[in-house]
Amino acid sequence: MQEVGDEGALRAAPLPPGWDEAVDVERDPATVPDPASVAVPEGLRKEIEELMSRYPDRHSAALPALGAAQRIHGWCSPTALSQVAALMQVTPAYLSSVATFYDMLRTEPSGPRYIYVCTSVACHLRDAKSVYDAILEEARDQGLEDVEIREFECLGACDMAPMASVDGRYVGPLDESDAPELVAALRERRDVLPGRGLEDPGYRLPAAAPREAPPEEPDVHPAGGTWRDQEL
Amino acid sequence: MTETRVLLRDIDEPGLNTIDVYERLGGYRALRKALLDMEPDQVLSELEASGLRGRGGAGFAMGKKASFIPRGSMDKYLCCNADESEPGAFKDRLLMQKNPHLLIEGCVIASIAAGANKGFVFIRGEYAHQADVLDAALEEARAKGHVGDRIMGSDHSFSLVVHRGQGAYICGEETGLLDALEGKRGNPRLKPPFPANQGLYQGPTLINNVETLCNAPLIIERGAEWFASLGEGNSTGTKIVSVSGNVQRPGNYEIELGIPVREVIYGLAGGPPEGRELKCFFPGGSSAPVLTAEHLDLPLTYEAMAEAGSMLGTASVIVVDDSQPLVPLALRLAEFYRHESCGKCVPCREGTNWTVKTLERIDLGEATPMDLEILAQVQENIIGNCLCVLGDSMAMPVGSLIKHFREEFEQHIEAARREREREEMTALGAGELAAVEEAGAA
Repeated sequence: MQEVGDEGALRAAPLPPGWDEAVDVERDPATVPDPASVAVPEGLRKEIEELMSRYPDRHSAALPALGAAQRIHGWCSPTALSQVAALMQVTPAYLSSVATFYDMLRTEPSGPRYIYVCTSVACHLRDAKSVYDAILEEARDQGLEDVEIREFECLGACDMAPMASVDGRYVGPLDESDAPELVAALRERRDVLPGRGLEDPGYRLPAAAPREAPPEEPDVHPAGGTWRDQEL
Repeated sequence: MTETRVLLRDIDEPGLNTIDVYERLGGYRALRKALLDMEPDQVLSELEASGLRGRGGAGFAMGKKASFIPRGSMDKYLCCNADESEPGAFKDRLLMQKNPHLLIEGCVIASIAAGANKGFVFIRGEYAHQADVLDAALEEARAKGHVGDRIMGSDHSFSLVVHRGQGAYICGEETGLLDALEGKRGNPRLKPPFPANQGLYQGPTLINNVETLCNAPLIIERGAEWFASLGEGNSTGTKIVSVSGNVQRPGNYEIELGIPVREVIYGLAGGPPEGRELKCFFPGGSSAPVLTAEHLDLPLTYEAMAEAGSMLGTASVIVVDDSQPLVPLALRLAEFYRHESCGKCVPCREGTNWTVKTLERIDLGEATPMDLEILAQVQENIIGNCLCVLGDSMAMPVGSLIKHFREEFEQHIEAARREREREEMTALGAGELAAVEEAGAA
């Protein structure tokens, strides 16, 4: 929540960066870059060319291509946009219109690593905000830099709530006491909370009911008996 | 246990994501049957006869949707909607992570019914691991000839590509998904034309949710009659229910449609934590209007939920217990939709924004009871006035919270205002306070 300044002042949502900067009307808009004039890292060139070949229309590769460029540059910087534009033969403006729409594409300088803390409805009910605050504070204390830390809308893991996505790896359920270890592991580039990631082998929700009796089978095969009896 | 595990039958099997284990358990048998023993029309009519309804939220009959795809030799597309972003929903994540081949098989079978030759799985970018699993599975399926040219020696060819999104709830809306897949901002389109006629790259396109497509192999293998015998009335089959929020055992449970809501919340998920009571619940993700304890004995079906004034949606049950104040919840809900509104339609863009602002006023003690009327009016002006239902998805649950718990909202307004006034008095300082009181007395 923002501080209220003058009595009666409107609390506006924070405005995007650059909204009040004057536009240089003298400058011509950027055109489709000449591929020969833009140096592109070889790996990125290969990846984007492969991506474009997957689709009937090369424009479809815009989202994954920007994602790939972001992994190298950390964010959708002007350099990253011009490289992708040169490879895809589109204008940088087109790519910037795409980059500003999607949450995972960063339009401000940052490193490629991130922590998304889900604070959406289901996680809100389990006090995810305090986990986010704890992580943010811990990151400030430990001096964790170049890692994007933000609240994120529902990450689709409400069973793990509260949870976070650390560079795409889902960890949870978290509480405030996990923050120091989580931040330290990221800072020292260790595995973050090993064993508590959704993709870790043997991962189990702490509250998951043990499965004892074999699950019920519907006893309704049209030919009579359960469908299991009908196995070939 | 009241689970009926059909889709999730083998979900705990180690290595199910590999083609060897999947085929050992009977995988790709349905595809073989559909390709070699059945005509495409038979596949389509089987899907229609099963009564399978879309599991992504709208609940439209899947077979019917596939039958809208025009015939002819042009390029036709199948899009699998794996952009599961609805707060409360996490069923597709489980299916794709543990059983990716079931989805691939479902996609190929649906492509036979619709006559599609190119397919895309649009998976949200946040599901990085699930997308990797799917990519690896697809590689195996291609190597075995289950996806690609002349599948299993038949005339049917179908290519499939996993496309990763970059984080936007609106891409779960079918036309927003198409724009995102074409490499643009994910803005919904005006309908008609419907995607079945003019969808991806202006070609005929069938769009289905992950869980819907995962049901297709089961229907082909065991027959539409078997599928239709599960469930209740027009809600046939099983459904994966994702239960989250204030319950003891959150998770995915597969049930036969038609079991009482109480069974799901209390029986399977263990109910609210010890000592707490249920206050309300969202039966179908955060976009579904809330229901209260009096609705607990309703059967979980598309019809019963609609009749109660809510919807089954994705059957993602979010439970709210009596320790939760509702104003912050409504605010968080509205913030989600404000953030995710694409901004194309004014009622949604402005309506979500003003809802957030008004709820903030309520929470900060700056509101009067009249603000509740304004809030309700804003919701009314959003519903039905936009290209897609994102705005409605905020207006309906927020409206329902106010409808069911108006008293609590009014009390919150009063309590917050008193609190604010007290703080202001304290801020004035003791000396001034005395002066003010003196002036008041005089």
